[in-house]
Amino acid sequence: MNNMSEKNHGSATAKIQASLKKRYAKERRFQWYGRLAVLTGFVFLFILLLDIVSKGYPAFTQHYIKLEINLDAERLGVEANAAEEELYAADYSSAIKSSLRDMFPTVSGRSEKRLLYRLVSIGAEYNLRDLVIKNPQLIGGTSDIWLRAHSEAGSYLKGQVAVAIPESDRRVKDIQVVWLGQLQEEGRVDSRFNTAFFTQGDSREPEMAGIKAALVGSFFTMLVTFCLAFPVGVFAAIYLEEFAPRNRLTDLIEININNLAAVPSIVFGLLGLAVFINFFGLPRSAPLVGGIVLSLMTLPTIIITSRAAIQAVSPSIRQAAMGVGASKLQTVFHHVLPVAMPGIMTGSIIGMAQALGETAPLLMIGMVAFIMDVPGSVTDPSTVLPVQIFLWADSPERGFTEKTSAAIMVLMAFLILMNAIAVILRKRFELK
Amino acid sequence: MQTTTVFLMLIALSVISFYMGRKRSYTVARDRGGAVALHSLPKHYGYMAALWAALPALLILVLWLVFESSVLQRLVLAELPQTTTQMHVSELGLYYNQIVGYALGSIDSLQLDETQINAAEHYKALAASSSNIKALMVFLVAIIGCLLALQRVTPLLRARNHVENIFKWVLFSCSFLAVLTTLGIVLSVLFEAVRFFQVIPITDFLFGLSWSPQMAIRADQVAASGSFGFLPLLAGTLLISTVALFIAVPVGLMSAIYLSEYASRRFRAVTKPALETLAGVPTVVYGFFAAITVAPFIRQVGESLGLTVASESALAAGIVMGIMIIPFVMSLSDDIITAVPDTMREASLGMGATMNETIRKVLLPAALPGIVGGILLAASRAIGETMIVVMAAGLSAKLTANPLEAVTTITVQIVTLLVGDQEFDNPKTLAAFALGLVLFFVTLMLNIIALYVVRKYREQYE
Repeated sequence: MNNMSEKNHGSATAKIQASLKKRYAKERRFQWYGRLAVLTGFVFLFILLLDIVSKGYPAFTQHYIKLEINLDAERLGVEANAAEEELYAADYSSAIKSSLRDMFPTVSGRSEKRLLYRLVSIGAEYNLRDLVIKNPQLIGGTSDIWLRAHSEAGSYLKGQVAVAIPESDRRVKDIQVVWLGQLQEEGRVDSRFNTAFFTQGDSREPEMAGIKAALVGSFFTMLVTFCLAFPVGVFAAIYLEEFAPRNRLTDLIEININNLAAVPSIVFGLLGLAVFINFFGLPRSAPLVGGIVLSLMTLPTIIITSRAAIQAVSPSIRQAAMGVGASKLQTVFHHVLPVAMPGIMTGSIIGMAQALGETAPLLMIGMVAFIMDVPGSVTDPSTVLPVQIFLWADSPERGFTEKTSAAIMVLMAFLILMNAIAVILRKRFELK
Repeated sequence: MQTTTVFLMLIALSVISFYMGRKRSYTVARDRGGAVALHSLPKHYGYMAALWAALPALLILVLWLVFESSVLQRLVLAELPQTTTQMHVSELGLYYNQIVGYALGSIDSLQLDETQINAAEHYKALAASSSNIKALMVFLVAIIGCLLALQRVTPLLRARNHVENIFKWVLFSCSFLAVLTTLGIVLSVLFEAVRFFQVIPITDFLFGLSWSPQMAIRADQVAASGSFGFLPLLAGTLLISTVALFIAVPVGLMSAIYLSEYASRRFRAVTKPALETLAGVPTVVYGFFAAITVAPFIRQVGESLGLTVASESALAAGIVMGIMIIPFVMSLSDDIITAVPDTMREASLGMGATMNETIRKVLLPAALPGIVGGILLAASRAIGETMIVVMAAGLSAKLTANPLEAVTTITVQIVTLLVGDQEFDNPKTLAAFALGLVLFFVTLMLNIIALYVVRKYREQYE
């Protein structure tokens, strides 16, 4: 009997012993699956960032070509000491073209000439115009002037064009490659930081396009969003945490806030279109409407995080304030709110960062227009940075792919900055 | 006067009212031994005067702004000759917009006829007098409000209670805005959708198998009468969302398990926020990534394997969308798994189970409802996601389950139907609102179910 059970016991132990190796192997495998999953997430993040940065960084430089331009008054079609208005209307394009022809006298035929003119940007004449208006003494003489290279020439100079592929398959032709090589040898090509990217509005020409209009548009939109969403969000949170009675109405409000947080952003765009534009007749494409729509969208985030921050304030502070005779409202505004403020700010910044990156609802309210001018107020037609990215991404020209990635880098830099501020605020809050 | 000027003046008036109210409280208290005799602090009397001045005037200003344009339109159109008022509603709208455009100086006179120019002059005169009356009314009401408040100031007046009561209502209306927003969404979407269903029967929309919203905008245009069957869009949406969940759920769930059960605290503290940055990347960036990098890559790989891959394949959009919702699945599952009581873990480990067995046989079954809820929330995210699919998915509606083909989604169609020129009495535009209604309803249902499941699960362990 005794022997039997011992025998059984022994076989069970042996069984477990035998399975142990397998079970431990399984355990190790499982851990590796976990590591693999985390690693996969990182690999995706890494590829995404690498892809954007590698595509975008060339956009921060711009090639310039130095041309010897004869600014003869007659050639420009102006008088010797012309007024500014006259200079504004002068013919700079032909001055640039003739200087290009002088530099390459062998060029003949219309198509070849057109290729030659395409070395410098179509917008170069406006830069030349501004330069001449600033320095009228240039007129009548010949001077070396640096002009913006065309985006196609620029992309060759940046080494993005594979000369090996057949000529018909690329925008930069062999003859242009020869010209550019000659210019480079003569030291007439220079690469500089692309300031125009930050100081210009949108343009049809990649080398002229900048994000300033979109940045200012984003600023106005965020201003409206913050002015609406922050006070309303904080007030709503105060009401729900400190004053709301436990009844059906309060439940309804809470359910609504939770559901609004999960409503797809595009539906807010439909709301904006139907209510603010069609019903109230507010202007289309304006940061005002964009800001209102985005504030409705970020409101749940701000309310939820503000409530958490207010809830975290120790009740002793409330009791102390009440004890010395403060009213409920005084308690909240003088004592609870200042303590909860870092937490509220953290939530608001995260909400604003979400709003800054949002695109879909703004497409609905017409912020997709082609905007060259920097908007001056919240009712001017404008676009925002994410929409600008969307517009450029849609554009078939190679030069815009680069610009798109660069604009994404600027947008991400802003988002990282905002999140960093939020993290710092949270850290300081936790120390208290 | 400009609305902003009126608004700023109103603020100035209420600031003045504040000081007057405060001063008045000192005056009435002087005979009774100074401010101590007052029921409330002097500033509360000031606040009261300021609120009495600002709130009614603000209400008038807002109402005026809401109704101004439609009243002006009615007045201007009433003056027009009979022939113009018999125009079709949309034509009349355009006609009127030209009048307003000219009056505001954004359209030059060449495009307009004589009556329009006269009407524009009329409009200008009306608008000018309207803004004058508006300013006058606002200021008058503000001043009357202030004077009334000042008159009521006595040492016995409970100004603090009074002000706080008003303020409580302000706080309440701020939180009630959430209800109004939902109501606004439902009503605006429903209203246009009902107009759409008057043209296209609701059964054709819900059960139709083909979607091609090309429709003649004007009667004289030649175009196929569009078909508005919504099933291909739903199929496309579900296909892309399924691909996304196939990426996001395994990666997100395994990461959450590893980080909550195996990883050291330091590793977790560094890794989790880093992975969560994936959630902070704007969707337009993912869209660009999907369209420029992932889609061509998948096409290349597919072609080297001898498969035909559409350049806007559902797979590309789905994978990128999956990457986007990884952090979402991860944090939700992480919350759920950490909520499983430690006693269950310890009991299982104490019986000699390995960690892997504990997770698979004890933790996951216990956490399953919560995880399912989390996945439903992620699915609702994927269904409502717009920019990735607008940039990386196709436009033609196809009823297919092959992720290598191009499909279109509900959100893509909403964007394509509404971006650009719009006429609001055309089924093509109204269809976007019908789609919006479906989208809102589907995501709402998913959220309600998910939140219910998660809450039930939480209660189980409380």
